[in-house]
Amino acid sequence: MAWNDKRPLSPHLQHYKLPFTAYLSVAHRATGIVNSAAIVLLVLLIASAAGSPESYEFMSGIATSWFGKLVLFGFTVTLYYHLANGIRHLFWDLGHGFELDSARKSGNVVLVAAGALSIITWIVAAAA
Amino acid sequence: MAEFKLPTNSIVRQNGKHFAAPAGSGTTRRFKIYRYDPDSGENPRIDSFDIDIDSCGPMVLDAIIKIKSEMDSTLTFRRSCREGICGSCAMNIDGTNGLACTTAIADIEGDVTIYPLPHQPVIKDLVSDLTNFYAQYASIEPWLKSDTPAPPDRERLQSPEDRDLIDGAYECILCACCSTSCPSYWWNPDRYLGPAALLASYRWLVDSRDDATGERLDDLEDPFKLYRCHTIMNCTQACPKGLNPARAIAETKKMLVKRRL
Repeated sequence: MAWNDKRPLSPHLQHYKLPFTAYLSVAHRATGIVNSAAIVLLVLLIASAAGSPESYEFMSGIATSWFGKLVLFGFTVTLYYHLANGIRHLFWDLGHGFELDSARKSGNVVLVAAGALSIITWIVAAAA
Repeated sequence: MAEFKLPTNSIVRQNGKHFAAPAGSGTTRRFKIYRYDPDSGENPRIDSFDIDIDSCGPMVLDAIIKIKSEMDSTLTFRRSCREGICGSCAMNIDGTNGLACTTAIADIEGDVTIYPLPHQPVIKDLVSDLTNFYAQYASIEPWLKSDTPAPPDRERLQSPEDRDLIDGAYECILCACCSTSCPSYWWNPDRYLGPAALLASYRWLVDSRDDATGERLDDLEDPFKLYRCHTIMNCTQACPKGLNPARAIAETKKMLVKRRL
């Protein structure tokens, strides 16, 4: 929305001290966008497998390089964060967890869960 | 589309005037206050005031009244009751919205920054134009709508349980701290009603004496008016009356789902 007012618009995002819950909300939006991008990579990997052994080798070579693994770990974290915070949203949709204290606690649970699930997934993947 | 940056005429110059504490002051605190003078046509600026805190009342409102009477009489702000019931002195204090009259100076660390309520057109200094905010409140038709005439000999009665439902919804003083703290409201102020109007709407939705629940819900069933709430919870943290607009909005969403089942 273009600002056609001669009067100034008071500062908002530039100045507001966002609370913890607001940062988690921003992170939910951001991880959602990252996850959408990650799906494109997943499709590329599957499509390469459907293509030829050489193309799959090429793609899996990228995915299993140190950089590929780093990106995949990042995607694991964003996926688990979005999943866990999505469950938090479901509780809200049922009308639970609106006290400020509960909202902060559930936010911490989401952060710990996203981190722990990511690490467990990679430990399991490394052992397999 | 959300506009994250300030328009060019709104960018704040950090180096405004400085007002030193008068000679003989005791402990001083620095107040950095947003100033905008509509007559000068210049961009807003931040003025700093060193205040003798020993001769000042405990609240932020006491400090800005002291500035206006002793240091700079042009400082412009709204205030009335000085006890948290009128909602006039709502402003952004130390980065968070609140009432100047119920925010203690001692609770703020370091310099005290005071800005007008966020993402509003500024009329002068800390006074912002709340026309849109009030129009949204009017749009939810905040009055009792009943199909039956009131009994001639007494009030419209409610059970204590029904009366309990409007607790936490009727106490809103329309200070606009919540709505102007909400990023969703910043990005869609023309289409999203914002937490204050939605809390007021909820107050009538759950009122057992109101017969217009269906029409009220019809009016809210819109991609923007209600559903731009993403449970960011800034509203609930900003409310100086300790109300929970986020919960009221969630309950309204639940009512919309329930009537479809």
